Amino acid sequence: MNAWLRRIGGYAIASAVLLAGWQLLSMAIGSQALPGPIPALSDFGRLFFSDLLPHAGISAWRVVASMTIGAAIATPLGLSIGRSPRVDAIAAPLVFLTYPVPKVVFLPVLLVLLGIGNLPKIALITLIVFFQILVTARDAARGIPASAVLSVRSLGATRWQVFRHVVVPAALPDIFTALRISTGTAIAVLFFSETVAGSEGLGYYIIDAWSRIAYSEMFAGIISMAMLGVVLYELLEVAEARVCRWTRVER
Amino acid sequence: MAAVSVRDLAVTYAGVGRDVPALSGMSLEVGDGEPIAIIGPSGCGKSTLLLALAGLLPADAGEVLVGGEAIARPRRRTALILQDFGLLPWKSVAHNAALGLEVRGVDASTRRTVVAEALERLGLAEFAEAYPGELSGGMRQRLALARALALDADLLLMDEPLSALDALTREDLQNLLLGIWQQRRHTSVLVTHSIEEAVFLGRRVVVMSPRPGRVASIVDNPGMGEEGYRETAAFLERCVELRRLLAAEGAFRDATLAGGVR
Ligand SMILES: Nc1ncnc2c1ncn2[C@@H]1O[C@H](COP(=O)(O)OP(=O)(O)OP(=O)(O)O)[C@@H](O)[C@H]1O
Ligand SMILES: [Mg+2]
Repeated sequence: MNAWLRRIGGYAIASAVLLAGWQLLSMAIGSQALPGPIPALSDFGRLFFSDLLPHAGISAWRVVASMTIGAAIATPLGLSIGRSPRVDAIAAPLVFLTYPVPKVVFLPVLLVLLGIGNLPKIALITLIVFFQILVTARDAARGIPASAVLSVRSLGATRWQVFRHVVVPAALPDIFTALRISTGTAIAVLFFSETVAGSEGLGYYIIDAWSRIAYSEMFAGIISMAMLGVVLYELLEVAEARVCRWTRVER
Repeated sequence: MAAVSVRDLAVTYAGVGRDVPALSGMSLEVGDGEPIAIIGPSGCGKSTLLLALAGLLPADAGEVLVGGEAIARPRRRTALILQDFGLLPWKSVAHNAALGLEVRGVDASTRRTVVAEALERLGLAEFAEAYPGELSGGMRQRLALARALALDADLLLMDEPLSALDALTREDLQNLLLGIWQQRRHTSVLVTHSIEEAVFLGRRVVVMSPRPGRVASIVDNPGMGEEGYRETAAFLERCVELRRLLAAEGAFRDATLAGGVR
C-alpha cells in the first residue's frame, strides 16, 4: 500500500513540475499555438467523456492488439532462433537485413492493401513491435547460462521442457524491457498512422483539432495520448511484477 | 543398481577453429554404492567426464555404462550437481527441488510430499516459498542436494559442489554429504579441487592426467567414513600421497611458475 502511495505521489509531483514548466513556456512564447495548461485541462475535462475517451479507447485497442500479436509471435520465434545455432545461421542475417529498415515506410502500401480502418494501423505497429521483440528474444536466448540448461537436461527434460522451465522464464525480464521500450515507438507510430488515414483515434482527434485551429482541444488530445502511454507503461510494470516475481529478490 | 563403468572413453570438443580432445582413453570402474572422488589438473576433463556420465555428452569413442546399460541420454535416477548448483532463480525453493520429479511426470501431490520430506531433511523447510536468490551459498548447495534426494538418485554426480563456499560451511556440508551417503549408500562421483575433501569423501581417489584426461593413478582410502577420520594420521598420509601424485601430473605447475620464468 505504502509503495502505491509513494508511486502516486511521484506521479503527482512529476505532473506538477511538468505543468509548471508548460505554463512558463507558454507564457514565454506567447503564441496561440501553445496555450497554457489551464485551458487545455479545462477542455480535457469538458471533452473527456464525449470525445476523448472514445478516441482514446480506439487508440488503446489498436496499440494493445498490435503489441499482443507482435509479442506473441516474436517471443517464441526469437527464442527458438536464439537456441538453435542452425536456425540462427539462416534467420540472423534475415533479421539483420530487415530490422534496420524503418517499417513506417510501408504505411502507404498497407493502406492500399488493407484499407483505412484498424487493419493497416495494427499491421504496421505489430510489424515494428515484432522486430524489437524478435531481436531481444534472440539475444536473451543466446545469453542463457549453459549450466542452467545442462542441469535441467540432466533431469531428463525434453527440448520443450527446457524451453518452458529455463528459456522462457530466463528471457521474460528482457522481453518486458523490450515491450516497455516498444510502447513509446508503438504510440508514435500509432499517432502517425492515425493522422494519415481514418477518422478515429487520438491521432485523428489531435490533427482534426489542429486543422480547426482549436489549440486547447488539440492539447487536450495530447494529454490523452500521454496518459495512454502512462497507462500502458504501468500495466506492463504490474504484469512484470506478477510474472517475474523472482527478479525482486535477485541480488 | 548403479555401478559405473567407463571404457576407453574419448570426448572431443569442436572448439573455435580447432578440435579440443578433452578425454582420451579414459577407463574407470565404480562399484555400486561406492563413493569416489576425482581430482586432477585444471582443464583435464573432469567436468567433461561428469557430463558424459550424466548422458549429456556423446562419446567419440568408447562407452559409458551405468547399471550395465550404455548411457546415451540422461538416466532417471542419476542426479548431477554442477558447480553453480544449477538452480533456477525464477522458481521457488520447493519448485526447484521438485523440478526433477516434475520433468519426469510425477503427479503434483506426490511431488509435494517427497519435496517436503527432502527439504525437511536438509533444513530448508521454512524456506520452501523463498527464491534461490534469497538463500546463502550453503543453503543453495543444500537445495541442490534436496533436488537430488527428491529424485531418489542412486548415482550422484557432483562437480566441485562446495568450491564456492567458505571454509566453515564447506566442512559442514562435507559432513552432510558423508552422512547422506552413509544413510543411502548411493554411488557417488565427486569432482573436487580440494585434496582434503577428496580424502574425506572418496573411498577411492582418482587422479587424472592433464588434458586429454585419463586416469593417472588411483589411491585407495579404506578409512574414509570412519568416525573422526579427519584427525587421523592415515588421513594426513593420504593427503600427502595425493599431493605428490598431483604434483607429478603437473597440477601445481601454473601456481609455482606464477610470476616466474616459463
Ligand atoms: N564447450 C566447450 N568447447 C570447447 N572446448 C571445451 C568446452 N568445454 C570444455 N572444453 C575444453 O575441454 C577441456 C576439459 O574441460 P573440462 O571443463 O572438462 O575441464 P575440468 O577438468 O573440469 O577443468 P576445471 O578443473 O578447470 O573445472 C578444457 O581444456 C576445455 O578448454
Ligand atoms: Mg570443471
